[in-house]
Amino acid sequence: MSGWLGAGSIAGMAGAQVLQSQVTLSQARDWLADGAGSDAALRQLLHGLPGVDQVGAQARVAALATRSIKKDAKMAALELAITMVDLTTLEGADTPGKVSGLCAKAVRPDPADPAVPPVAAVCVYPDLVAGAKAKLAGSSVVVASVATAFPSGRASLAVKLADVADAVNAGADEIDMVIDRGAFLAGRYGQVYEEVRAVKEACGPAHLKVILETGELATLDNVSRASWLSMLAGADFIKTSTGKVSPASTPPVALVMLAAVRDFEQASGQRVGVKVAGGIRTAKDAIRYLVLVNETAGRAWLSPRLFRIGASSLLNDLLMQRRKQLTGLYAGPDYFTVD
Amino acid sequence: MTDKAARAEGAAAAGQGAGAGAPARVATLTSGLDWQYAPAPQARDIVPIAAEYGLFVAGEFTPATGGRTFATINPATEEPIAQVAQAGAADVDRAVAAARDAYEHVWGPMPGAERAKYLYRIARILQERSREFAVLESIDNGKPIRETRDVDVPLAAAHFFYYAGWADKLDYAGFGPAPRALGVAGQVIPWNFPLLMAAWKLAPALAAGNTCVLKPAETTPLTALLLAQVCQQAGLPPGVVNILTGAGETGAAVVAHPGVNKVAFTGSTEVGIAINRAIAGTGKKLTLELGGKAANVVFDDAPIDQAVEGIVNGIFFNQGHVCCAGSRLLVQESVADHVVDRLRRRLQTLRLGDPLDKNTDIGAINSRPQLEKITRLAAAGEAEGAHRWSPPCELPKRGFWFAPTVFTGVSQSHRIAQEEIFGPVLSVLTFRTPQEAVTKANNTPYGLSAGIWTEKGSRILWMAQRMRAGVVWANTYNLFDPASPFGGYRESGFGREGGRHGLAAYLDV
Repeated sequence: MSGWLGAGSIAGMAGAQVLQSQVTLSQARDWLADGAGSDAALRQLLHGLPGVDQVGAQARVAALATRSIKKDAKMAALELAITMVDLTTLEGADTPGKVSGLCAKAVRPDPADPAVPPVAAVCVYPDLVAGAKAKLAGSSVVVASVATAFPSGRASLAVKLADVADAVNAGADEIDMVIDRGAFLAGRYGQVYEEVRAVKEACGPAHLKVILETGELATLDNVSRASWLSMLAGADFIKTSTGKVSPASTPPVALVMLAAVRDFEQASGQRVGVKVAGGIRTAKDAIRYLVLVNETAGRAWLSPRLFRIGASSLLNDLLMQRRKQLTGLYAGPDYFTVD
Repeated sequence: MTDKAARAEGAAAAGQGAGAGAPARVATLTSGLDWQYAPAPQARDIVPIAAEYGLFVAGEFTPATGGRTFATINPATEEPIAQVAQAGAADVDRAVAAARDAYEHVWGPMPGAERAKYLYRIARILQERSREFAVLESIDNGKPIRETRDVDVPLAAAHFFYYAGWADKLDYAGFGPAPRALGVAGQVIPWNFPLLMAAWKLAPALAAGNTCVLKPAETTPLTALLLAQVCQQAGLPPGVVNILTGAGETGAAVVAHPGVNKVAFTGSTEVGIAINRAIAGTGKKLTLELGGKAANVVFDDAPIDQAVEGIVNGIFFNQGHVCCAGSRLLVQESVADHVVDRLRRRLQTLRLGDPLDKNTDIGAINSRPQLEKITRLAAAGEAEGAHRWSPPCELPKRGFWFAPTVFTGVSQSHRIAQEEIFGPVLSVLTFRTPQEAVTKANNTPYGLSAGIWTEKGSRILWMAQRMRAGVVWANTYNLFDPASPFGGYRESGFGREGGRHGLAAYLDV
């Protein structure tokens, strides 16, 4: 296996006199497990990652945004995007009735067309998991639950773990946790790492998505570091945002996270998924994200197993554009259900 | 079956799969969707192309004296596009006389603020007709529509806007009060950025009060002739801009004409040297923008992903037909394997093909002679022992094409590390220390451009002070702006284009 992060991080880790040459991911994990997961050691590791040039990242996404996706390629993208949607409702006003409607929509997004595939998941608060689970029984749609004092994450670890246990016991297939951005920005990387590890353990068989809340991390360097920190701690997915903070997902942030999972796979052989969430409302936006996926992480990530889009209103635009592709005509918004 | 019916059937079949237990569509995606972008061709009928084009002299299109013409072809298909007049000595006389007349009686005496109005008008028309220019440039040159649309045409308009602003402010350009124009400028431009180079030449010359005789390259005359139509549309007085098409002899006649006061040339170093020799002692003012063999230097603390983008943009932008192309990658030895690995991975996503497809990244090589030169130098690289690599990439059967190529294991003494290839061929060399990077970067007879990739600001400044290159980019590459001067030294030429410095080339200062 080649050096896992490139020379920068090797130099960083060598500072701890642990590793002089090639570092493998399992070595790094052992190293972290041996108590090296201190703030200082993690700082060396994360700050040894190659930097991200913001201007360059923006230029790259601007260039990829000019990709012109037409005809069959557009149809394939629209259908793929539908299967990647985590249909989400995260409001204080959510009720069992609201969630039930969303579940019906998730299984059969377009009542008029059985060829439309179901979405990937329904994403709700923990107390609504059981209802959603019952409603989705027998379908391919899974239930994702936010947890760990979502969206701020400002609670003790014990409370966060109880939140997770609650959701898992109610049958959640996937847990969307938030990292402690305050701890991250204060440089308490060890705390963030331990929290993700503890939550991963509490998840049991449930898949763990780690929300970085990139709008609060502010720099792309931080996005890269938080991505690696989460992946090292055991994340199955890394996710941009809660949707409660502006800016939510942006293409440059997605680019950096997609590059991180690509590099992580090269280092470890493990594929970690990416979920973009917040503010993605049009099919055009979704297709632009798919282009980023295709040309950054690569083909393997063009699957709901490894790429998700957290959204609510996006689904109807995908359906509308899909019908336009099939019939050549735009149907009005009232031809698609609002749940 | 129509496309639509086929799609409906495909969707229905997929739907049946989805109905039977686990969704078939999702199941097939365990390895990810093999997503091929459908062709997205730009409509070409937006720009009417005539069968024949005349010379633009004294505000009118006229045939060449003697009626000689030559064909311009589409390098992506080798199909002829149009017949173009071939200017001879008599035509050069006519054009220079028209330019002289316009200089003496109309353009020279005109207040700067009035000249500015014409330049602004040309800039605006260029923007309004940008799609026509983008399509025509792509057809005539072979470069991808993505680049003509997003780079060539907007930058050309930006140059006219920028220099329009200077026309009435020459007193404040730092050359003292009332700097005078030179007279008639003879300008010879290359085929790699036909419209953009015309804009780089005409805009400052006209802003400063000169009149112009411009000779576009033999293989790419059409956008300059469309620009001539724009000059007519803008009501530019006759003779202020004259455009003579033809080959090398036409250019030589323009340069040598005794009525020309200023010569500006962009092109190969060989021709530049010949021009310098031809006009020595004539008192003509000269600026030359010639070849290059730029070093793109990547340090171990560079933002690697963006550096890889910069490497790609540096050498594969415009098929590498760029005088300032980052044709030598100097990468610090400690990260060399890593960077080359990333680069190869990235090159596999490049899309080569129809220049008019909006998703094409790499277009056609401009001409057969250029393709032969690239092929010859690449073969020399292999023969000298460098390791050649190209991504899997199918080349179209017709037209002039060359796959993106990376040579590793290149030494300073290899021809591919010394000679300008002017094609999509990258030579990768390594270095150990910043001083070694500077030494290797400077170890060519050229001195046009360079790139530095590091997150350490102090190192950028240290390097920039030592690199003998007219343009040094830090953490970016091939970025142009009309406000920024551009030009080289040593065998890359002299004089600056762009910015306030670009005015000096067209003023008696």
